[in-house]
Order: sequence, then structure tokens, then C-alpha cells
Amino acid sequence: MSEAHTLEDVKQQVRRYVLVFVALLALTIVTVTISYFHLSVVPAIIVALFVASIKGTLVASYFMHLISERKLVFFVLILTGVFFLALMTLPVLHHADRGVV
Amino acid sequence: MEHTAGLAHGEHDTSHELSFWEKYIFSQDHKVIGIQYGITALLFLLFGFTLMIIMRWQLAYPGQPIPLIGQWLGDANAPGGIMLPEFYNQLGAMHGTIMVFLGVVPLAVGAFGNYLVPLQIGAPDMAFPKLNMMSYWSYFLGGVTMLSSFFVPGGAANSGWTSYAPLATIATTGQTFWLCGMIFLITSSLLGSVNFIVTIVQLRAKGLTFMRLPFFVWAQLVTSFLLLLAFPPLEAAGVLQLMDRLAGTSFFLPSGLVISGQPLHVSGGGSPILWQHLFWFLAHPEVYVLILPAMGIVAEIIANNTRKPLWGYKSMVYATIFLGFMSFIVWAHHMFMTGMGTVISAFFQTTTMIISIPSVIILTALLLSLYGGSIRFTVPMLFATAFLPMFGIGGLTGLPLGLAPSDIHLHDTYYVIGHFHYVVAPGTLFALFAGIYYWFPKVTGRQMNNALGRIHFFGSFIFINGIFMPMFIEGLAGVSRRLYDGGQQYAHAQGVLHWNVFMSISAFCLFFFQLFFIINFFWSMKKGKKVNSDNPWDATTLEWDTPTPPPHGNFIKPLEVFRGPYEYSVPGKSRDFVPQSEQEKV
Amino acid sequence: MQVPYTVHTRSDTGLYNAKLGIWLFLSSEVMLFGALFSSYILLRVGADTWPHGYEHLNIPLGTVNTAVLITSSVTMVMAWASLMMKDFAKYRSYLGATILLAIVFLVIKGFEYAAKFEHGLYPSTSTYFGIYFTLTGLHALHIIGGIVVNAYLWGPGSKMWKTDPERFTHRIEIAGLYWHFVDIVWIFLFPMLYLL
Repeated sequence: MSEAHTLEDVKQQVRRYVLVFVALLALTIVTVTISYFHLSVVPAIIVALFVASIKGTLVASYFMHLISERKLVFFVLILTGVFFLALMTLPVLHHADRGVV
Repeated sequence: MEHTAGLAHGEHDTSHELSFWEKYIFSQDHKVIGIQYGITALLFLLFGFTLMIIMRWQLAYPGQPIPLIGQWLGDANAPGGIMLPEFYNQLGAMHGTIMVFLGVVPLAVGAFGNYLVPLQIGAPDMAFPKLNMMSYWSYFLGGVTMLSSFFVPGGAANSGWTSYAPLATIATTGQTFWLCGMIFLITSSLLGSVNFIVTIVQLRAKGLTFMRLPFFVWAQLVTSFLLLLAFPPLEAAGVLQLMDRLAGTSFFLPSGLVISGQPLHVSGGGSPILWQHLFWFLAHPEVYVLILPAMGIVAEIIANNTRKPLWGYKSMVYATIFLGFMSFIVWAHHMFMTGMGTVISAFFQTTTMIISIPSVIILTALLLSLYGGSIRFTVPMLFATAFLPMFGIGGLTGLPLGLAPSDIHLHDTYYVIGHFHYVVAPGTLFALFAGIYYWFPKVTGRQMNNALGRIHFFGSFIFINGIFMPMFIEGLAGVSRRLYDGGQQYAHAQGVLHWNVFMSISAFCLFFFQLFFIINFFWSMKKGKKVNSDNPWDATTLEWDTPTPPPHGNFIKPLEVFRGPYEYSVPGKSRDFVPQSEQEKV
Repeated sequence: MQVPYTVHTRSDTGLYNAKLGIWLFLSSEVMLFGALFSSYILLRVGADTWPHGYEHLNIPLGTVNTAVLITSSVTMVMAWASLMMKDFAKYRSYLGATILLAIVFLVIKGFEYAAKFEHGLYPSTSTYFGIYFTLTGLHALHIIGGIVVNAYLWGPGSKMWKTDPERFTHRIEIAGLYWHFVDIVWIFLFPMLYLL
């Protein structure tokens, strides 16, 4: 990421940061507005997590430069993602403890 | 002295003379930090072992005053030298915690990893020397916190090294110290593992590809990933338990909990099982953190002393990676007794059986490496060869514990204690001893004494089996692992109780034979036979290319690697070993 | 003694040391917050009753705080871009803005906490509040950590710009990666605790 940055590149990126910033603010307003409709639990969770994921992806891709990052970083992140998913099975396992599954 | 230091300061002069503090205490040299880790960890191992010796007295001779040290334990712990049950619980919890988190892991990863990884990959130091120093001091603080907990009211943590809720939540102040200590230790591990991974990936010498790395470095790499990704869930759990204890939350406290007949005034709604999930999410990978570096050390020593390449280096590497990966999805086999559903239980039984495959691959490869070699039975090699059957027993006795039907009988009995001690004590610890004998000449420039080393080995080997083998018998008979009097009150234990005395006497003898190691260690540092070359074992890996002991910055000449790590007895060569850095003559 | 690849990238990995280091560190942070998120879901699914966040928490304040943190993320990345354009003065004002916004975030959070305590709502009140205080508290600790690092890089640490500008730019990039991660955590915490 750090090498071969011309001044032009950086200026172009700055324009992109501003766009991402606007998008993030807009999405924040969207998710807050939706919350005032008091949707039932499942759609509410889906919508809120969906919006949050978009926002998170925007920050990671542009502010953290993931879109142009090296393979090795992706390798680390994918590995982490797999184990993160393993962690997320905890609630399922827990309720399986009580004989549901 | 002050004057010259003032002049040198801020000039970034390479000849800048380091003060005593910078050189030995707050050093950023990976070798000094490795030695600091090593000495601290050995002291903790001795301390943790002493705790167990006191417990073993109580198990063999319940209710009798402890000789020699009984009078020093204080009236709160052992009035008249007779141990109180509360004190026994503290010793049990702290023995486990100290041996695992303050002894074995810091020795295997902190000491051996720190000292050897940069040397074996041909790097001048770790990637982040300051971070390295901080991880040692964070470990040190964690250790101090754990030790100081013996002096708070109610004594040290006493809910087992697993700190299961809600027992640990309502325990005395020592548990808060335990949690704070763990947070320091976890921080130390995280900083350390980031450092190791970056060092191995980024600082390999020219020509040192991944498939030319010594197996020890591979073991450390996988271990670091385990520490990096498995420890944070325990940190999260620790934070939640701290909140339960200090802020009155009830993450792990169920509604309607009654303690000593009194309902507990908390909001409730928590889940004790949640703690177990988070704890074992770390603690199962932790088992491989304990064993992988040991396998790495054994692999190095076996290759060197059989004068043969390792049998199946690549399959060992792939097995190690697979092992690390699988270790994240077996944790609930520690929890078969929590009333889990059959589907989930079947899943974890299956993954548990699968994970035994890579362990067997590694062990088999090491065993086959012996075949056809002209073995030099040096002291390190004695420990390394003993590791193989000992770890084998530890691994095989684990299979019945990984299957729910047999685990229901064996769970929480002495069988479990026997099983994991075979893995960690005559397994990992033997490998660590082997490593100390093997690399001692590189660190000090002197050999350890051979005769004392052999006495240490044979004494340890006989008596360590004397301790742990009878545990299988007691466990199969159903004796619980946490009984203060060793099971005297239970009818079903009566037929096997005589083993308690046998095990305790073995433990005292084991302690006695460790004195040979301690004497040897210090005597050899001052008076041991000086090595007459930088490579006294005729080894191939890069750490032997350095001066003895290696200076700050390690290598004095530029380094390039031309071959794999174990080119022993290559046909057509004048010597029976070819160092990795030796260029092929054209 | 000089550790290689602190400034320049290693050709086969394409990274300098600290870049790989910070991503590994962030991976462990993912597992830390992941374990807490997982615990939150587990406790919430298992609970007999669980309040909606909007019944107890101040959504307007939370929204403002979200905007504050997002803005601080933008100023952080702009600080880095300024260094890439060799504009040290601009870098300083952007990083200064980042630090100030982080402090604003903490002050608002402080008001929210104070309001809860006034109403007698503590971590011990219910598991919901336990989770709320633990997660936001841990996040606030991360914010404080970020402020300390950024303040160092704004003040005494910025001397490096004169001696080793490339390495200093790397440092800002690393600090930025951490700061954006803290932002992402909040992006998930906000709907989880306030909106659902």
C-alpha cells in the first residue's frame, strides 16, 4: 500500500474518503430511522446487522485500505473469520445443551 | 560513567554502551529476554511443584502434620502443621494455574521460542524488540499478582484452575487476583504471539523458504496462532467474571441461586455453562500450545542425534497446521457432562477422534526417524526418546475421555489427572529438559555435566511414572480428583487407596532427583566443560552459525540459506552433516 | 543492530513488519469482541425477558456519538493522506481533530452513564445493563488507548517526521488501522445495544 503512491493517487483517494464519509452518515440515519418503526425481532436484527455490515465493510475497505491490501493480510483475516464463526456457534451449542438439538 | 552515558545519549551511536539495567533487566535483546523468561519460568515450575509436594503429603497421610515446612504455612492455612481443606483447594487451583500459565508455556514459548526462533531463521532479533520486553514484564506482573494472592484474606484462588462459575464468582478475594493476573498473562501472550508470527514471516534469512524452516520454528508459528486467536475469548470471559465479582452483574449466575441456604441477591439470568464454553475455547488449543513446542524441540534433537533427516518432514508440517486448525473445534469434549444434546455431542466426539490423527502422524514420524539411525544417547537424546512413549501414553489414554459414554464414568476422576499429566509432565517437561541440555552450550559456552544429567534423567523417568501410572488405576476405580483426603470416606475407593502413599513417595523422590538438575545447571554455568566449537553437536540449523554465546544482533557475517534443515549423513559428503548455510561447491 | 523491514516492505510478503503486526493484533481483538458478542446473543436468547435498547437508552445521543466517531475516522485517514502529500501542518490539524472528537465521544458517553446512574440503573440492575456497561466500557477503554497513542504521535512522537518521514507515515497508518477498527466495533455495538 505504501509504495508507489503518486500525489495524484492520494488526491483521488481523498475524494473517495469524503464519499464514504457521506455514505456512512446516511446509513447511520437509515438504521436509526428504521429502528423507530419497531419491527419485530427477526427482521429488526436482519436489517440492523445488514446495515452495520455495509458500514463496517466500507470502513475496512476504504479507510483501512483493504481493497488494495496484500494476500497475507487476507489470509490472516480469513483464518480469524473462520474461528470467529466457531465462536458464534456458542449460542447454538448452548441451547442444544438443553436438548433442543 | 554518568558523564559518558550523558554524552552518548541521543546520538544513536552504535557503540553506545548499555547500562546494567538496559543490558540485563529492561533488555530488548531477544536472547536476554529468552533467558529472563527461562529463569522466571523454571522458578515458577519449582514453586508449582512444591505446592504439589505439600498436597501429596496430605493425600498420603491425611490429617498428619506436614514435616519440615508445615510450621511455616501459618495458622490460617495449616494450624499445627495440619492442612485445612480450604488451603488444599488453594494449592490445587494454584498448582494448575502456575504450572500451565506461569511455568510450561512461558518456558516453551517465551524462553525457547524467544531465544531460538530468531537464531534459527537467521534474524538479528525479534521484529519488535520493545514489544518483546513488554511481554516479558507483563508476564512478570501477572506472576507477581498470582503469588501475592496467597497473602490476601481467604488466600489464593481456590476454585480450580478452570475457575468454573458460579463457584469462582462467589469465592474469596484471591479469585479477583487470579483474574487480574490472567489478564496480564493474556496480554503478555498476545504481544508475544504477534511478535513471533511477524518475526517468522518477515525476518527469515535469504533463501530460507517456509519448507526449509526447522520443525521447531513451524511448531512455534502454529502455537503463536493458537495463542493469538484462542486467548481473547478467555480474556472476554475474565472481564465478564470480574464484572460479576466487582460490579454485581450476573453473567454466569443463574436466577434463583441459593448459597448455604441463603438466596443470592443478584439479578440472575446468567449462564454458568457460558463460562465453560469460553474457558475451553481457550483451554483446548492451550493443550496444543503446551505440546507443539515440545514436539519441535524433540524433532530437532532426534534429527541431530540419529544423524538422519527427520522422517516425513513435510507430513509433520502439514499435520501440525491441521492440528492447530482442528484444536479450535474440539473444545466441548471437556463438557460432555453438562447435559449436551446427542447431535452436538456426536459432533465433538467426531472432531476429537479426527484430531488424534495429526498427533499420531507427528509421533509416528518421530518414531520412524529413529529407525536405522546410529543413535548418540546423549542426555538431551535420552529425554527426547523418553518423550515419545510418555506422550504416547498420554495421548492414547485421552481417547476414552473423548468418547462420551466412557467419559461419563471417567470424568473428574484421577484418570483425567493421569492422562493430561502424561502429556504435560513426562511429555512436555521432558522435552523442555531435553532442550535445556541441548542448547545450554550455545547459551553459556559450556556443556552440562553428563553424569549428573544421566542421574537426573533415570531418576525422573522412573519416579514420574510412579506418580502418574497409579492414577489410572484410582481413576478407573472412580476416585474423584478433588478430594482433600484422597478419598478415605468413600467405600468404592478403599481398594485402591494404598496407591496414594506409593504416588506420594514417588513424588518426593522425583523432587529429590530434580536437585541433580538444579546443581548441574548452576555448577555447569561456572565450571562446566568449555565447548571447543560454536557447533558442539555437529548440527545443521542456523543457530549454530553464531558465535558462542551469540552477541547482540546475533550473526556476524551475512547469511544465506541453501538447503533444508536436516541434511544429516548426505551420501558423498566428507562430514555427516551439512549446515543450512553451506553453499554447494560448483 | 537494525531490524529489517521496519520501513521498507519485504518483497515476497509485500508488507512491512508493523503492518502485519497490527492486522494480527486486530485479529485477536476480533476474537475478543466476538466472544463478547457471542455471550450477548447467548444470554439474550436464553433470557425470559430482555428490554429493547430504545426503551432505556438515549438514541439521539447514541446517534450523535456514532457520527462523532465516524467523523474522527475520516479525520484520521485524512491525517495519513496529508502526510502522504508531505503536508505536516495539515496532518497536525487533522490528527488534533481526531483526538478532540474522541474526547467528545467520551464526554457524551459520560453524560449517558451519569444519566443511567441517576436513575439507579447499574450493571447489577439486569443482565441487559450488565452487557451494556461492559461492552461500552471496554470500547471506551479502547478509545482511551487510541487517544493516548494519537496524542503521542501528535506531540513528542511527531519529531520522527524530521528524521524518518517514511517510517513516521507508517506509524500513522498503523495508528489509523487501530482507530478504524475501534470505529467498526462501535458501528456494530450501536445497533446491538441501542436499536434492537
